[in-house]
Amino acid sequence: MASFSTTATLDEPQVSRGNEGGSPPFFGGGDDGRSRPGVPDYRTRLRRARLGLLVALTPVLMLFVSFTSAYVVRQGLPTLDPGTNQLVRDWIPVKLPALLLVNTVVLLVSSVGMELARRQTKLTVVAATAKPSQTVPVNAEGKTPWLAMTIALGLLFLFGQWMAWKQLAASGFYVATTPSSSFVYLLTGAHAVHLMGGVVALLVAGVFALLHRSVATRSIVVDVAGWYWHFMAALWVYILLLLEFAR
Amino acid sequence: MAGGTGGGEAITMVSHDAHAHAAPQGFIRKWVFSLDHKVIGIQYFFLALVAVFTGMFLSLLMRIHLVWPNAHLPIFGDIKPETYLSLLTMHGTIMVFFVLTTAPQGGFGNYFLPIQIGAPDMAFPVLNMLSFWTTFLGFVVLVAAFFVTGGAPLHGWTGYAPLSALQSAGPGEGLGADLWIISIAIFCIGALMGALNFITTTLDMRAKGMTLMRMPLTCWAWFITAILGLLAFGVLLSAGILLLMDRNLGTSFFVPLGTVNGILTGHKGGSPLLWQHLFWFFGHPEVYIAILPAMGLCSQLLSVFSRKPIFGYKAMVYAIMAIGFLGFMVWGHHMFMSGMSPYSAFAFSIMTMGIGVPSAIKTFNWLGTLWRGRIRFSSPMLFAIGFVSLFVVGGISGPFLAQPVLDIYLHETYFVIAHFHLIMGVASIFGIFAATYYWFPKMFGRMMNEPLAKTHFWFTFVGAYLIFMPMHYYGMAGGLRRYSQGTEVAWINTLAPIQKFISIAAFITIASQFIFLFNLFWSMFKGEKAVDNPWEATTLEWTTATPPPHDNFGGITPVVYNGPYEYSVPGAPKDFVMQTDAQVGAKKH
Repeated sequence: MASFSTTATLDEPQVSRGNEGGSPPFFGGGDDGRSRPGVPDYRTRLRRARLGLLVALTPVLMLFVSFTSAYVVRQGLPTLDPGTNQLVRDWIPVKLPALLLVNTVVLLVSSVGMELARRQTKLTVVAATAKPSQTVPVNAEGKTPWLAMTIALGLLFLFGQWMAWKQLAASGFYVATTPSSSFVYLLTGAHAVHLMGGVVALLVAGVFALLHRSVATRSIVVDVAGWYWHFMAALWVYILLLLEFAR
Repeated sequence: MAGGTGGGEAITMVSHDAHAHAAPQGFIRKWVFSLDHKVIGIQYFFLALVAVFTGMFLSLLMRIHLVWPNAHLPIFGDIKPETYLSLLTMHGTIMVFFVLTTAPQGGFGNYFLPIQIGAPDMAFPVLNMLSFWTTFLGFVVLVAAFFVTGGAPLHGWTGYAPLSALQSAGPGEGLGADLWIISIAIFCIGALMGALNFITTTLDMRAKGMTLMRMPLTCWAWFITAILGLLAFGVLLSAGILLLMDRNLGTSFFVPLGTVNGILTGHKGGSPLLWQHLFWFFGHPEVYIAILPAMGLCSQLLSVFSRKPIFGYKAMVYAIMAIGFLGFMVWGHHMFMSGMSPYSAFAFSIMTMGIGVPSAIKTFNWLGTLWRGRIRFSSPMLFAIGFVSLFVVGGISGPFLAQPVLDIYLHETYFVIAHFHLIMGVASIFGIFAATYYWFPKMFGRMMNEPLAKTHFWFTFVGAYLIFMPMHYYGMAGGLRRYSQGTEVAWINTLAPIQKFISIAAFITIASQFIFLFNLFWSMFKGEKAVDNPWEATTLEWTTATPPPHDNFGGITPVVYNGPYEYSVPGAPKDFVMQTDAQVGAKKH
């Protein structure tokens, strides 16, 4: 498996061992006395990035809530059959390809890999803080395998989704065949686009590693991408349940 | 302290080492792809300026056509009914998205939110830059719709399906409509990036001592507006995606079974009402996205120029929150005509009238702030008072339209046009004008010409009433909106003199905007040099140099001790106390 091998330099000496694994305070502004002037330190940057992610996930959530709302409404609508002049349902339930279950497992495993990568990177920050030279290997072997594994599984998931689309088309369900198939393509496609964003973020983190960028910066990117990745995994499970049980 | 206080008060600052990102050197990085929130704010401002004059030009064409429907215009030629609908669509879209949403939030919010909370920049400067250029791209794509085969779309700024969902529905509904949808989608993405920055910056980057309840009301308004955008634009984006699929992939989300020109469309089972629900779930909060920043600013100005603390600061904050919350509960009042259940209509009606409560609280507090104040009638203050007037007059017709029985009669008439132009359009524009006259000295280092500004105010203020008050009557008398010509309909034709009067008032009002334009550019280069705190105001932007340095406070970070509206404080050496004044802050506590 491909892996990123590098050493990292630390440009944020403020990180202490006491901070490992602990959540930074959520809000930093105002009168809490924790914020420091000047270039923000690691804790501040991490907190800010996490807050930014939380805010950014809100419209993503709204997007899928909106799709769900449309799904429920459209499912209940009848249409006029011009042949019989009667109201009929045009919603034909789509039998989902079994491949989607395999893809789900792949994505969930990738989420585990992502979490390991996130924790590993965080430990690296702590280790880097402890080194007086401020130049340390990323881990004992000098590799970050979990990050590479997550990217690979993410790409595998996307490929699997593409294959599932092909299976759907082969069984006669195209985008406009029936409103239910429209929603299958819509929801899986919208999710895939968002997941691609996560893959890009992880690739950025990988490039940072290859370019020997600050381990703190890389840690923040991996941390935020990690939470985003978990959100995408949970979102996919929700979409799958919706498509399967609200057919 | 950099730049002095203007107020001469003792300021406590904490020195810091460096800005989060270094000051750019080259022209491209400094003025084009800048990461500096101030430059980005100015970019948004000028984008909105171009947009507002574009939108105004379109309205000018419409007003000419309504009075002289057969006029052959130089360069433009004849205005056919479908051309009229395209003008209407593009006017609404440009004004709502690229003026009313862009200038108050993207422009002034970007420039002043970080400074007013004591931050060196936005939380994510790169995202901020991307947000502006995404919005700019959205504008370019929208305007491009004029120049493609079939021209600009004619489905109105609300994009009602199935008209908007079928390429064959009319001229402009082909590529032009696709560009319209893509433009809106691009705009949504830009606005979401902006909202992300506003919320994170407000929550995470406030200076020491700048508690939430010490934030100026402008910051509260920008913050709540950003939350509204965060929740609303994702829904509009989803609706736009579904619409694009209906138009280009043959799906039937919004299109029922039917024919266009006698030919079956190939769609079936879709619901036009689904589009309306999704659109108005965004569309009504959009009203508050446009007007909340103006409310925040005018609250600020009424206090500054009355030399009094804002009346009921906390009530104002909670009212902003309540308006934002209720704004998401009332989208159905745009759909009373759709045949919704009377029970649903009743619920939407009650909720809509409920918005009158926080709105009345705000109005009461504005008047309470003015009461027995030592009012300085400077141009920003005139526009702020004008805003209150327009808000009340434009808002009072809201409860009329909130009643389904009345709305069914008035919905398709000019009464609705008059209502939302006064409260959402002109009132918000007055907020933008007030902000321009108020913050121009800080942004450009010079004062705007005051006599020209006052002339501009009176022309615009009187002009707005002359345009929109008769329009209410025109609507109540049965004057129908969206009709390109009324001359062929007998009862509408009898109202033609009113249309003529409105058009002439509009021409004069539009012409007077060139006074503003001239004043803006002339003052940038020839205006009187501004001191750091020309209005003797208390908030943080007036503690720093004019214009502010790259990191806003010249290498130091302010520490806040006081609220934002400390005017006429007993025992204070002057009639205003800066937010950073430690001595007075210590005395008070």
